Amino acid sequence: MHRLADLCQDKRAPARHSNGALGYLRTFAANLRDFSTEEAERPVIEVRGLTKRYGDKVAVDDLSFSVKPGVVTGFLGPNGSGKSTTMRVIMGLDRPNTGTATINGRSYHDLDWPLREVGALLEARAIHPGRSARAHLWMLAQTNQIARSRVDEVLDIVGLSEVAGQPAGKFSLGMGQRLGIAASLLGDPGVLLYDEPVNGLDAEGIRWVRNLLTGLARQGRTLFVSSHLMSEMAQMADDVVVIGRGRLITEAPMDGLLESSQQSFVRVRSPKIDALVPILEARGARTSRAPDGSVNVSGMSEATVGDLAFEAGVALHELAPNNASLEEVFMELTEESVEYHGAGGESR
Amino acid sequence: MSTETEVERDIRAPREGHYTLRGVIASEVTKLRTERSTMWSFGVLIVLAVGLSALASSLTTSHWSQVGFAERATFDPIRESLIGVFFGQFAIGVLGVLVISAEYTTGTIRASLAAVPRRSRLLIAKIIVFGSATLVVGEVVALVSFFIGQALLQSPVPHATLSSPDALRAVVGDGLYLCLLGLIALGLGSIIRHTAAAVSAYVSLLLVLPIIIALLPSVVSNDLSRFLPASIGHSIVSRIANPHDFSPAVGLVVLAIYAVVALGVAGYLLVRRDA
Repeated sequence: MHRLADLCQDKRAPARHSNGALGYLRTFAANLRDFSTEEAERPVIEVRGLTKRYGDKVAVDDLSFSVKPGVVTGFLGPNGSGKSTTMRVIMGLDRPNTGTATINGRSYHDLDWPLREVGALLEARAIHPGRSARAHLWMLAQTNQIARSRVDEVLDIVGLSEVAGQPAGKFSLGMGQRLGIAASLLGDPGVLLYDEPVNGLDAEGIRWVRNLLTGLARQGRTLFVSSHLMSEMAQMADDVVVIGRGRLITEAPMDGLLESSQQSFVRVRSPKIDALVPILEARGARTSRAPDGSVNVSGMSEATVGDLAFEAGVALHELAPNNASLEEVFMELTEESVEYHGAGGESR
Repeated sequence: MSTETEVERDIRAPREGHYTLRGVIASEVTKLRTERSTMWSFGVLIVLAVGLSALASSLTTSHWSQVGFAERATFDPIRESLIGVFFGQFAIGVLGVLVISAEYTTGTIRASLAAVPRRSRLLIAKIIVFGSATLVVGEVVALVSFFIGQALLQSPVPHATLSSPDALRAVVGDGLYLCLLGLIALGLGSIIRHTAAAVSAYVSLLLVLPIIIALLPSVVSNDLSRFLPASIGHSIVSRIANPHDFSPAVGLVVLAIYAVVALGVAGYLLVRRDA
């Protein structure tokens, strides 16, 4: 996958090329090291030790995570957990107090063609109400030498061609969102950052955004999408980064997150439940009794529970797997973070 | 990498070079052109400034017989015809503030900075585009006001031509004056970021500060008042200079220093602050 020439090329600091043979050798060694330790896939977005305070308030607290290329990464957290702040820092809009955020190994500030490398839709609207959609896109396109024809292309993609000449101030929330997405696609970038793309949209709008994002992901683009709606992410994301109160709670593949959750359990109902519980616990399951007399068994598949009950001669009246929804996993994860912070008593 | 799509190729082989100031300038021209409020303001500015100059000149002509000898002796036809430009400085100020404060109030600044993360480049483009626009508008307003005013100042009222002493200086200087005030306003708008507050600061600079300084003992006020934009504007268009004021050339340099300082602070803060 890595050709020798690639290894000799320094992706991070092309200026070092002029150092002659020694420079090449050094670069070669550095890239070889990267290659062997990092796998071939270098993270597209990398956030390291990020802290951002607004006055006394800590919005993001020593946050580190990375986003893999070519997948959809969901960025989850309750409202006010620091998602938007993190995205603003990645986009170079806010300066972090400490830490770094890079895209393709460089800070956003240093990108050669920002709109061709990264497309973003930030939470708040960023459109002058008196300017037409077409003019808004055109003035953005010009900064990055994007052809005028591309403006009409993206208007077409988001279905705003017919109203492109109207002032954006007359747009509905959904239309404004479409215009924001159109702007993010102007430079046909490989990396897309969307902050709450479905926030405030109706069912039709949500479906439209979801289909569009899935399509963009299928084209091999890297998507980093924030949401406080966990169910949205369950349908789209390959990976998830969960934060609470500005701190990382977990960073994992979506499947793994669902499986590892304590909320996945098997509901068991039986007239001889008291005899069954010790048997299940002896085999490593955790059990808890529900108010209605049934028992929730976690850490064991429903098949194993059924087999053990059969062997013990216990009749089962109910054996129902209950897979955690992302919503529940999320509640569970963020609850812990809230408790942790409460006990620590450090937040001001 | 057999499944390499176009997108992936793009990520690996980025376009040569990087975005340039030229593109950002083109973008700023589009912004200025496509904001209806801006174009309206420029239009209203031109019409009102020229109209007021014309009105003043025709009133002077029609009432000349009632004007006393002392007043006749100090009558300055050049200044009379450029009266409307004084009005224009407020419209220019509002526009200068809006060029950047409107980006903050509408949130466009985030889209702008996402496209142009090197913020100084964005400010420089705004300075170039708005500065050029106000210079052109300022010179046109001054020139048109002058010609219409002189045409309406009929005998026996004294009138001037562009070749009269000080006339060219007054007309050209007045356009420059408007342009520099516009840039000061742009700086204030960028520093303060709120339209109303920045406009208040600008108006205070032009109207309130002179009142405060006039209330000071004349020993002090004579030294201070020459630094006021209003005094500088007065010395540019006046045939008879106030002995305490700067000469028009020095006045314009002082005004340019104000603009540089305001824009310098604006640039520093733009780079430092969160958007």
